[in-house]
Amino acid sequence: MRIVVRGGEVVGPDGPVRADLGVEDGRIVVVGPDLEAPRDAQVVDASGCWVGPGLVDLHTHLREPGHEEAETIESGARAAARGGYSAVVAMPNTEPALDTAAMVAFVQARGRGACVEVAVAGAITQGRRGELLAPMAEMAALGVRLFTDDGRGVEDPLVLRRAMEYARGLGVRLAEHCEDERLCADGVMHEGALSGRLGLVGRPALAEELMVARDVELARLTGCALHVMHLSSARALAIVTAARAEGLPVTAEVTPHHLTLDETAVEGYDPTFKVHPPLRPRRDVDALVAALRAGSIDAVATDHAPHAPETKDRTFDEAPPGMLGLEHAAALTLEALGGVDAPGAAVAFFERLSRRPARIAGLEVADARSGLGAHGGALVIGEDANLVVFDPRRRWRARREDLASRARNTPYHGRDLTGRARALLVGGRVVLDGEALT
Amino acid sequence: MTESEGPRTPSGAERPLLSSSDVTRALRRMAHEILERNHEAPVCVVGLQRGGIALAERLARDLAEVGAPEVEVGRLDVAFFRDDLAARPVTGAGATALPDLEDRVVVLVDDVLYTGRTVRAALNALVEWGRPRAVQLAVLVDRGHRELPIRADFVGKNVPTAREESVRATLEGVWLERP
Amino acid sequence: MSVETIRGRSLLGLEDLSRSAVLEVLDTAETFVEVHSRAVKKVPALRGRVVASLFYEESTRTRLSFETAAKRLSADVLSLAVASSSVKKGESLRDTIATIDALGIDAVVMRHADSGAAQAVSRYVPHVRVINAGDGLHQHPTQGLLDAFTLRQALAERAGLEGPASGAALFEGLNVLIVGDIRHSRVARSDVAVYTTLGATVRLAAPGTLLPPGVASWPVEVVEDLDAALAEADVVCLLRLQRERGSGTFVPGLAEFTRTHGLTLERHARLKETAFVMHPGPMIRGVEIDSAVADAPNTLVERQVANGVPVRMAVLYLTIAGLAREAA
Repeated sequence: MRIVVRGGEVVGPDGPVRADLGVEDGRIVVVGPDLEAPRDAQVVDASGCWVGPGLVDLHTHLREPGHEEAETIESGARAAARGGYSAVVAMPNTEPALDTAAMVAFVQARGRGACVEVAVAGAITQGRRGELLAPMAEMAALGVRLFTDDGRGVEDPLVLRRAMEYARGLGVRLAEHCEDERLCADGVMHEGALSGRLGLVGRPALAEELMVARDVELARLTGCALHVMHLSSARALAIVTAARAEGLPVTAEVTPHHLTLDETAVEGYDPTFKVHPPLRPRRDVDALVAALRAGSIDAVATDHAPHAPETKDRTFDEAPPGMLGLEHAAALTLEALGGVDAPGAAVAFFERLSRRPARIAGLEVADARSGLGAHGGALVIGEDANLVVFDPRRRWRARREDLASRARNTPYHGRDLTGRARALLVGGRVVLDGEALT
Repeated sequence: MTESEGPRTPSGAERPLLSSSDVTRALRRMAHEILERNHEAPVCVVGLQRGGIALAERLARDLAEVGAPEVEVGRLDVAFFRDDLAARPVTGAGATALPDLEDRVVVLVDDVLYTGRTVRAALNALVEWGRPRAVQLAVLVDRGHRELPIRADFVGKNVPTAREESVRATLEGVWLERP
Repeated sequence: MSVETIRGRSLLGLEDLSRSAVLEVLDTAETFVEVHSRAVKKVPALRGRVVASLFYEESTRTRLSFETAAKRLSADVLSLAVASSSVKKGESLRDTIATIDALGIDAVVMRHADSGAAQAVSRYVPHVRVINAGDGLHQHPTQGLLDAFTLRQALAERAGLEGPASGAALFEGLNVLIVGDIRHSRVARSDVAVYTTLGATVRLAAPGTLLPPGVASWPVEVVEDLDAALAEADVVCLLRLQRERGSGTFVPGLAEFTRTHGLTLERHARLKETAFVMHPGPMIRGVEIDSAVADAPNTLVERQVANGVPVRMAVLYLTIAGLAREAA
């Protein structure tokens, strides 16, 4: 027994249990109260903390290759580790896009040297142009389980229909950025009274809702598993909820920013708050929070979107959309769930941030093709030791100077947060201890 | 009556330093002095906004009555020429209307001469308008406390004051107002 | 939050200004109209002050108006020709502003095609007064102020009032009708703010595609029947169809727009005899306004242009004059 996680509450799928946890050769080898630690064992202090499966982010932009000035696989992984993530799913909208087996293999290779596990999402169409299908089977052979053109959705319904029919045969899932770009008309914020007053062109919620409805119907037609990314409108949420009630293979994520910020954040024209889909009015935020608590949203995914200051610090119209999320998402999710004392908070926290995202990304079992271990487990003996020690009462203040990410475009600078990862084990190795990267 | 009973108005109980008829006599005397000083030269009497306007008009009338030739009247606003705009931005300024000043004697007229800064501003403003033969200064009251090397050529009355006092000088009379 | 005076502040928009702040500008502008009538039009009120003019979107009329205003106040004017500057080489707005700031400026007059650009500049250099000369679709505050100033002047004259106009009484119950491409108009947003602040009733008429999103939350009435609204209006403000912002795709064509919302001679005839017609310019004759209407005696367009200088003098004077000078 090389590592003992001591003094915490182990949060299994049924609830927290006061227990210690022993790890050896990358696996959990013992779970029980008051374990004796061998003299040479590394002891991780988990007192006052939840011990749960390492968090899994379904939606991370690592920017490598192509925009290493904003983030690299290495720096993005460090940010993920600080946030308590043991695995992230790298989005394929790099330059060039991850739309071939060779590109996927490149990122996988780079990911093996990173401090957390990097799963790769492949592009649905070649160059993410929405025209010709990318070689999904070749990428799936490398262990890719999730495909998306994120940054945009597949606008052409015929192309998406074919992609779904093709993907269904491969047993992989398509993740869609649902916003009809024609209806968005180059908009930069939520369309409504505020956009009219600020003189900014709006992206109507309708653009999201119509595309969610279309994609749900195509999923019904094809039987393909559909994952709706960064759900932001209450109406789109209702469409997804209805589809799930019917038993359609539809899952959905929400971002920390859509759970905690509303459209009024853009009043000062600070491009830090520019994001697609845009920050919505308070009533949408409230609906998303309620759905997250009720469990009708599967996952919180960050849409961590690093941008170099010289690209982001422009006028609101010119700045690219996107904001950072990895390092603050866990605390913000806990806040949205109602805090540490809300009933069932611990189980819900790990459901939305680890167990369900792991299943959506196909990371719940180890995969020799990708070389990735199993994530989002139940914390039982024999599992891969991808674990987070999370202090749900730790109070701290987000500061952009403290970020491990290479970029600085966090919308949470100065915000008081509660809850922070104290330690993280990835593949049985301690990569974060006492909130510091090791 | 005590000091605390509010501002004094010309119709108030406070006895003025100069009555209306004192002012009339003082202006008439100043008209004679101006005429004597300038002999036959054409004179332009220029009132400074706002307190000097009415005085200038009366003075011009008096000058004509005592026999001065070719008396003209002008008005000059110096608000934007002041050197204390940063401390006290003005928002209302009066009109400026001046005849041709070339080769004329300009008599600037103001109600009260105090620090001299208004007159300084007026001299600067005048420069923009032309080159008078001479510029002279007539004031109804000189209350002292000069901050610039400026003196009046014609004075209705010298009134020693403290800085915290203020002086009101109009055709209706002259009052000293304590804070 | 209501701003009670623009003294020493940036002027980014008109929505936050209180009635007294607006009236202070208008009354100060009356003073500068008087200065303008003098044979010598220049006063040294801003001598030693430096005003930078930074136009990312060319507008000869607005730029000349501002620069003339600054020069009449004896300020030094740094005019950055964006088209031929390092901006064209890719310099960021933040760096451009920092460079100009390093030259020692008191205020920057800023025109930009993007909404919020003036706010961005005031965030970058908080010690410099920023005067928004038009940002994207957002606000054009000096245009709104000069429109209100021009209208007040015209109303005072018609009422036979002596001397410079003052106060807001002339706006009470006044029926202002704004017609045209409101969605893409920063002037409309500034006009709505200033007229409602002064107590007028504002109505908007436009094709449905040219109304801004969320207009229901504006303090205005949207009218469907333009002809009926014209008959009730005391002043009609026309707006140019902003084809460079894609307005061409919002209506089926210019001819149809003219038929439905142009101020044709027939519509002009529906106006009250006392009604005024305004237009912030540049006018496109034959589209939003008939050429004969543009030249009609009740049209205030030329006065709007002429009043640009005194109103901008007032704005520059109020925002800068009260500032303590920076230590050298």
